[in-house]
Amino acid sequence: MPKILIPTPLRQFADKKDAVEVSGSTVGEALGALTAAYPDMKKNLFNDEGKLRSFVNVYVNDEDIRFLEKDKTAVADSDTISIVPSIAGGR
Amino acid sequence: MATSLTNEEINRYSRHLIMPEVGVAGQLKLKNAKVLLIGTGGLGAPVAMYLAAAGVGKLGLVDFDTVDVSNLQRQVIHGTKDVGKKKVDSAEETMKDINPFIEIVKYEVPLTSANALDIIKEYDIVADGTDNFPTRFLVNDACVLLGIPNVYASIFRFEGQATVFCKDEGPCYRCLYPEPPPPGLVPSCAEGGVLGILPGVVGLIQATEVIKLILGEGQPLQGRLMLYDALAMKFRELKIRRNPECQGKCTVVKELIDYQQFCGVPHQEAPLPAPVSSTDISPQDVKLMIDAGADFTLVDVREVHEYQICRIEKAQLIPLGELPKRLNELDKNADIVMHCKMGGRSAKACDVLRANGFTKVRNMTGGILAWADKVDPSVPKY
Repeated sequence: MPKILIPTPLRQFADKKDAVEVSGSTVGEALGALTAAYPDMKKNLFNDEGKLRSFVNVYVNDEDIRFLEKDKTAVADSDTISIVPSIAGGR
Repeated sequence: MATSLTNEEINRYSRHLIMPEVGVAGQLKLKNAKVLLIGTGGLGAPVAMYLAAAGVGKLGLVDFDTVDVSNLQRQVIHGTKDVGKKKVDSAEETMKDINPFIEIVKYEVPLTSANALDIIKEYDIVADGTDNFPTRFLVNDACVLLGIPNVYASIFRFEGQATVFCKDEGPCYRCLYPEPPPPGLVPSCAEGGVLGILPGVVGLIQATEVIKLILGEGQPLQGRLMLYDALAMKFRELKIRRNPECQGKCTVVKELIDYQQFCGVPHQEAPLPAPVSSTDISPQDVKLMIDAGADFTLVDVREVHEYQICRIEKAQLIPLGELPKRLNELDKNADIVMHCKMGGRSAKACDVLRANGFTKVRNMTGGILAWADKVDPSVPKY
């Protein structure tokens, strides 16, 4: 099953886990399985229209899905999906 | 432009001069370089100290904040004796002590759309170490318009991100993140906390990239987002691609805009004032209710680790995130007062209760910090 890496700000919505294995053969299916398991995650990842929020990037291995097939990007069991939200802290 | 090093400089920089990757030619590049540091806080502190030590000839510092004792857990450029001083003055003092041969220019102002281009255009490289989205977008856009590389880093709790934006044909911040998050969704260091040593590691990645850009050595961290997780002690790298519509020339940034409005924040740096309404109650009035033995429930919606720092004796702890699942612990008809650290989270908690049919819900304004100021000075502030 592909692994999704959960970033620090979102771990509070995933029982504090830093990684979750989910089923799914595309990024969209995998994220769907993630939000089904952790419903609180949904509003932090998707807007009201169900589109990925623009300050949250998703990568399959090291490639941004916006430059692949977006949510239709295929994922294999060996792939790692990273959710990377913008953070602004510096002080 | 300097074409030689003094004998004192040769002594000082000898460990650089004996390396072929730097040498006299590289040290002269450093001496002639002009780098602007936005923020002299967690990230800015190590960047400023190491770039000063390395002999970067002109370092600009932009910060209008003063040193607070809570900064000292990580902002190593400032010391206990500096509490209350302007950060730019305190930083300058440390940097001058490390290296008196460099020029330091202080900008004790908030960076705004009105002054950003004038300030930034005097420099070759910008190192962005601010702590808010409006300034992040402002710095990016100014660097795009001026064609100046922006060495970027940001931190949160125990994670850091770093990259180099706007270098040659490389991507910019807006290629990575086209829009800021709505206010309140991504906590700042002041709200979320930050591990004190984190900005040291991440700031030095930033300083390293600045030095490499000046020297023209190595592979810059361009088109790559470096992610650092201190707890796992793991570095990862992701690709950042330039917006395909911007090949050759940026099509997104045309001019500087109102970044506060763009990011949906009313005022830069100001903590959101809790709106006063009939559903608010002051800490003094809460104290009067407690002293009078009034029948009401006081709920603290902060996190467990905050509750361990300080608490109001009567309060019952239900962290905001757990509130929806723990409504059964509260009586819908009871008189309920909610509080948090500063009043923001408890206002959200009041909304949650009202949406679930609770009728007598009030928010304690200013949170436990106001309680410490106005009711019980023995309560520590954090």
